[in-house]
Parts: sequence; C-alpha cells; structure tokens
Amino acid sequence: MAVDGSVERLRREGRIVVVGASLAGLRAAETLREEGFTGTLTMIGDEPYEPYDRPPLSKQVLLGRVPADHTALPRRRAIEAQWRLGVAAAGLDPTAKRVALANGTSVEYDRLLIATGVRSRPWPNELEAGLDGVFVLRTMDDATRLRHRLKAGPSRVLVIGAGFTGSEIASVCRERDLPVTVAERGPTPLSGALGSVIGDVAAQLHHQHGVDLRCGVMVTGLEGDGAGRLRRAHFSDGGTLDAEVAVVALGATRNTEWLAGSGLAAGPRGIACDAGCRAFDVRGIVTDDVFVAGDVARSPHPLFGYQFLSLEHWGNAVAQAEVAAHNMICPGEERRPHLWTPYFWSAQFGVNIKSVGVPNMADQIIVSQGSLGEHRFTAAYGYQGRVIAAVTFDQAKWLEFYQRQIEQAAPFPPPFTTVDRRTEGMRPVPAGFPDPSVPTHGPQVTVSGHSPTDQRVTFTPA
Amino acid sequence: MTSVALLGQILDYANRADPYPLYAELRRTPVVRDESGPYLVSTYWEIQSLLHDPRVSSDIRNLAPEAKTGPRTDDPDLPPSFIRLDPPDHDRLRRLIMRTYGPPHSPRRVYGLHGEISGIVSGLIDRFRGRERIDLVDDFSYPFPVTVICRLLGVPQEDEQRFHGWADTVATAIEPPVGTPDEQEAHWRAIREAHHQLADYLSGLIEQRRRAPREDMISALATDRGADESPMSLPEMLSNLTLLLIAGHETTVNLITNGMLTLLRHPDTLKQLRADPDLVIPLVEELLRFEPPVQLLPERTTLDDIEIAGTTIPQGASLWLVPASGNRDPQRFPEPDRFLPDRPDNQHFGFGTGIHNCIGSPLARLEAQTALAELVRRLDNPRLVEDPPPYRHNAVLRGPRHLPIAFDGLSR
Repeated sequence: MAVDGSVERLRREGRIVVVGASLAGLRAAETLREEGFTGTLTMIGDEPYEPYDRPPLSKQVLLGRVPADHTALPRRRAIEAQWRLGVAAAGLDPTAKRVALANGTSVEYDRLLIATGVRSRPWPNELEAGLDGVFVLRTMDDATRLRHRLKAGPSRVLVIGAGFTGSEIASVCRERDLPVTVAERGPTPLSGALGSVIGDVAAQLHHQHGVDLRCGVMVTGLEGDGAGRLRRAHFSDGGTLDAEVAVVALGATRNTEWLAGSGLAAGPRGIACDAGCRAFDVRGIVTDDVFVAGDVARSPHPLFGYQFLSLEHWGNAVAQAEVAAHNMICPGEERRPHLWTPYFWSAQFGVNIKSVGVPNMADQIIVSQGSLGEHRFTAAYGYQGRVIAAVTFDQAKWLEFYQRQIEQAAPFPPPFTTVDRRTEGMRPVPAGFPDPSVPTHGPQVTVSGHSPTDQRVTFTPA
Repeated sequence: MTSVALLGQILDYANRADPYPLYAELRRTPVVRDESGPYLVSTYWEIQSLLHDPRVSSDIRNLAPEAKTGPRTDDPDLPPSFIRLDPPDHDRLRRLIMRTYGPPHSPRRVYGLHGEISGIVSGLIDRFRGRERIDLVDDFSYPFPVTVICRLLGVPQEDEQRFHGWADTVATAIEPPVGTPDEQEAHWRAIREAHHQLADYLSGLIEQRRRAPREDMISALATDRGADESPMSLPEMLSNLTLLLIAGHETTVNLITNGMLTLLRHPDTLKQLRADPDLVIPLVEELLRFEPPVQLLPERTTLDDIEIAGTTIPQGASLWLVPASGNRDPQRFPEPDRFLPDRPDNQHFGFGTGIHNCIGSPLARLEAQTALAELVRRLDNPRLVEDPPPYRHNAVLRGPRHLPIAFDGLSR
C-alpha cells in the first residue's frame, strides 16, 4: 500500500481536519502531534469553547462546587492547531475532500476525523420543549442555565428519564435539598443499562434519599402558564405534577445530520466504521481517509460477537481517538484495532457505580461479591455461559479483575471462591433487561379501532 | 515444577544493599515456588493482576496448615488489623478509618498538616547548623515522620520517644527472626511485650480522647459512631492504630532516606531539583518505583486454584508478591534500572494497588516531597560518606539504618 512515501509525506506536510472539538477530537489531535504529524491541523467545533470535560457537568457543576467554565480539558501537549470554534460543520464532500462549514466557508483535507459526538435528545414536543423551565443537559451552557435555576430553589424539579444522567441530576437535587420527582418508563432506574436486578438497588437509593420515583410511567405532556413558564406535567397514568423545572434526560442523539448526502454510512445510530476507525460508506465499503472516533462512532467489537457498538463513554472516546489518530498517519500494516473494553462510571446518591463490558447483552446476573442489600457489591453478567460484563457499587477496585474475565471469555457463573462471597451470590438470576425487540426510546405509536373511519392513531412521546 | 532458593537470598542481610539483581533473576520465571514453600510473583503484570484478584486473600487464617510458617506483625491478643483481613470485614474497618482520615468526610486532615510539616522539617534542618556531618536517619528521617504521625494521631509530644521505641520493636516482627532458637524466642518475647505496652498506652489515650475529644485522629475514631455500620470496638481500634503507627513510622523513614541516597548517587538530578523544586513531585513517584520502602508483600494466600502465567498456584498456598521487582520489570518500564526523575507513565507499586492500596500515600507523598525539596535546597554541597550505607535488617521494609552525609554549610 502506501509504503511508497505518501504516508511519510502526509505526516510531514499533510492537512488533517478534525470535526468535533471535544474530548475525542482533542485527544486525537494530541496523539497526532505526539506521533510526529507536522502538517496542518484544523479543529472545527460548533460550540464557542475550547474542549471541556462533560462528566462534571451533571455532578460538581450542578452542585455549585465548580463553575461550568472551569472544566476545560487538561492539555497533554501543545497541538498547534487552527481552531474554527463556534461554527458547525454543515456538509462533507468526500470526493473533493472538503468539509463545508455553516458560515459558508469550507476546509480541505487529506485525512478527516469525525468526532462530532452526540447531543441530548430534546423533548419531542417543540412548543413544550420551549417552555421556560424545561432543560436538557449536555453542554456547558446547558449546565450553566440549569445550575442557575436550581440555585434559585424551585418548588419541585421533575426529571424525565432515570438513566445515568437523570439519576445523577436527581441526586444533585436531593443534595441541594430540592424536592424532586423522577419519571421513568422502565420498571426501575438504570434498567436499560444495567437491568432491573441492579435497577432495584438504584430505586432503593432514590427512595432512601427522598426522591419521588415513579417507574413504569411516561410524561405525556408539559403544560405552561400564560407567561410561557412550565407549570405542570401530565403522566401516562392520568396523574399530574406541579413542577417549576423539568429536566429532559432521555438519552442522546448522534450528530450525523450534517453528513446527509456524503455517502458515508451515517445515521441516527452513529457512523459505522471498522475496528481501525475508518468510516464505511453506504455500500459497506471502508474508506481510507475518513476516520471516526468517540460517541458518534459505531464499530464492531470482536469480543462482543462483532456487534457494532456505539458507546457514550469517556474512556472510549479517549482510547478510540488515540487509535484513530495513530491509524490516520500510519501505513496499513502498522495500524491498530480499537479493542477497548467498554467501561463507564457514575456517581449518584453518594455511591460510586462502575461498569465494564456490555451488560445489556447479558441474560443472567450473579452477585459475585458483596451484597445488594448493603448497596456495596460486584455483580457479573453472563451471556451464553460466559462473563460478558460486570458492575460494581462502591467496589470499583475489583473491576479490573472482572475486565480480564470478560476479555478471557471466562465461564459464567464464576466457578471459583472469592473474598466477600455471600449466600445471595451463589445463584445466577435473570438480569432483567427490557426485551430488545421493543424499543426503549422513540415515541410510541398505537392504532385503535377496526374500520378505516374509526381508526385512531395515538402518539405517545418517549 | 522447579523450585528456587531465592527467598533465602532475598532475606539474607548480605544482599540488603542491592537486592535488584536477585529480583531480575526471579523475573525470569514470573511465578515460581521457593524451596522454602511460598510462591513468589515478581513480574509487573502478574503482580498487578493478583492484587486485583478476589481469589487472593490477605487473611492468614485461609492459609493451608502446612503453609503457616511466616512472621506475624499483629498482636496475637488483638483482632487482625484491616490489612490482614478480607472484605467485608476489611472494607468496614478501612471505611471507618478513612472517615476520620480522608475525603470525603475529612478532606483536610492531611492537607491541614502542610504548614506543620514544613515547620518540623525546617526545625530539624536548623539543628544541623555548625555541623559538617549528619546521620540523615537519626538526625532527620526518623524523628520527622514520627513527629508527624504522632501529631496526626494525637499522641502528646512528651510521649513520642516511648512511642517510637514500641513501634520500632513491633515493626521487627514483619520478617522471620534470625539466630538461635533462644534468640528467636527472646525476639518474640520483646515484640509481645512492646505490643502490650503499646496497647495499654493507646487504651488510656483513647479513653481520654473519648471524654475530651480534640482535633486529632484518635479523637475522631474514638467518637465516630459509624455511618450505617457498627463503629470500631476498642480491640479493633488498638490493632488498627498500632498498624497506622508502624506504617507511619517505618515506611516514610525509608522513603526519605532512600530518596537522599538516590539523589546523592545522582548529582545531576540533585542539581536539577535544586534549580526546579517542583521536580520533586514526579521525582518522589520515581523514587517509589526505583527504591520502594515496601519491597515485598508477604503472606497472602489463595482461596482457590489460580492459574497465572502458565503456573497454577494451589488453594491455600503462601503467596509472596515482590512489588519492588515489578517496579523494575522491563516489560512494563523502559530502562527500569535508570532513575528518571520525570519518568512518564509511572504507575509503580510503591503504594501497592487494589483494595489494600496504601491509605497513607497522601501523607507519605507530602512528607517526602517537603523533606527532599528542603534538604536539597538547604544542604550546601552534600556528599555521601559511605556507599552503600549500612542497611537495616528488615528485607520487607528496606532502607539504610544510617546515612552519614557530609556537607559544607547550611543555606537559609
């Protein structure tokens, strides 16, 4: 392949464009320079800010411990980039190798890295989403606005969705001593990510900390007053709730719209790429100059049946960015696969939650150490007789061991004796994930009536 | 499997000054059974993996009967301290200690000692005035952490000397005694005696602080009711305070002494540090890799058969991890035998890793950083008088017994 010196030329004087100026984009840029890329490097970001860290936004920032603009990502090294901040990428012409920007200009590249990440899924009803008091939480600006409002001491906060972000926000509200209601359509908090066995523990944490947790219920509408301020929420069970603030925490949408018409395999589930971070085109053929990293990427993982995984994990963004950057400036035989074992953490209600592997692939779970009742435990997830994931509540130091178990396809349930193995951990039970054939997100549409004239379509937003 | 006879050599005082060639020999077989019984693990990734392995126990009661040979540091009349226990008991005690020592409940405990630590360091160095030669161990490295741990715990200044004597004796228990059976018996008797005196003394202090608490750790421990679990009993407090005392005494002494010794052997680095005092932060990390005070983690055991690096360690085996060897593993650290004060990616085992990761690390770092930066700043043209210096007997907590240093004068 390109051992003829073209890679050498690229490293020396090529043009690399990185779209997305957040964690993955920054770490990729740093890796490019670290590995000797001396050409032109352009960083494009739609936000006006230099790369910042998001995990603190739903924790320390909302608590008021850290100002939102103090979460800039530390720089590992100088990257000598041309920054185009505050302007979004608007289109891609892979033949001309050109990225169009929202301000009408464009940038040409020899190699492109797409790291545009995700944005929070908005409340589906635009009018309701526009009410004063309705928030999402993804960006620094979101966090600043929400923090300001929480500081004012609203009479009640409604959190819609009890995934990790929603649960963290609820935890912050309780720590600020604000009355908070959490509405979750699943049977428990975190059930989509960790299953309902662990979700039950999460529910206990909500209850213990005084959260008004309502599971198996959806918010069907948000109602404003005459001045356009949020006043009340309506639930699918017919109930209502007066609230001044609602935080929509219904997951994220991948930022791929700007790639429409580019011919890349980009859609709502991310941009498909190979394990070397090279994007696929819509025909399923791998490109050689367009790379993908971070939340927006969707890549096959050999350890998990070559499933195309798209992960919204901090550590994945870093690891994938490093692999992508390396591969961008290396000839084929020196390229590396991105074999990162999925890993993420959360902090809520004073508990440190960490997970490794792909829990929602599992069919069974076993408490391998500690105790669910004490809210301190390690649980292993099994899939067809092997360990596929693990989660720890305040026992993070064991996670590394379970990561090796996953990587070695160790048998499930774990057959060996460990420290802190209790009687409840002697038997695997179903993990309690929602049926994968039923979507957990997106609006629910139902049709009733028999004849064409009395058929009615009911739209229930997610 | 072949067995080796390396443990005896490592414990042999003749090799104390430079055990690293022995470790290099050990690493040729990552997991090996010593002829004296224990399984020795010497390579970085294997140690790393075993320290995170829930099948590895720190509770010697899980040793197979025939493997029970080793030394005992705990007072036999008290329950085991938390480093000698497994979860959930370990976790409970460690949490209770952390509540009084570190974040999130007591985030300022160590940080708050900052000024006091600088003051103690300056005071000790001031006493070198008018001298041309000191013994760093007796004149500085020893009195310094002893004073700090006593202040932290809340031991009155007038009792520090007695305290120091007991700690010294109790710490010798960490490795097998040498000499004739009579000498060994006398050794154990002395240790038991020290344990008893220390326990008596601590009981009195705890009782005193329970009635009239102050801003120290003993007061905090004695009055802590626990969060949602039972607070420490008096016997638990005694064994764990004894542990904190020894850990706070014996390790930092060696860290600082090893540090000065290493700097005097690397005059360019010493010069560099004098010019850039902030270098002390990565330098202390490199020191913890290069000359760690805790060289061996003896007497862990296996709750199940564990296969690692092609060897199966049977259940109940005595397991000795050699972190000081892992720290010099060329598979993990490029040029491991070089002292590189600003070494990148320095994930050493200086404080161990896993659930028993040293809780004293923030204090030890602060002490070593303050002490080394200030010694280097103030000692004028310091020189080693003797290389290697005489070492202490202890192979586990390794460090010089004396470190004579000559110098031309003292800066302000």
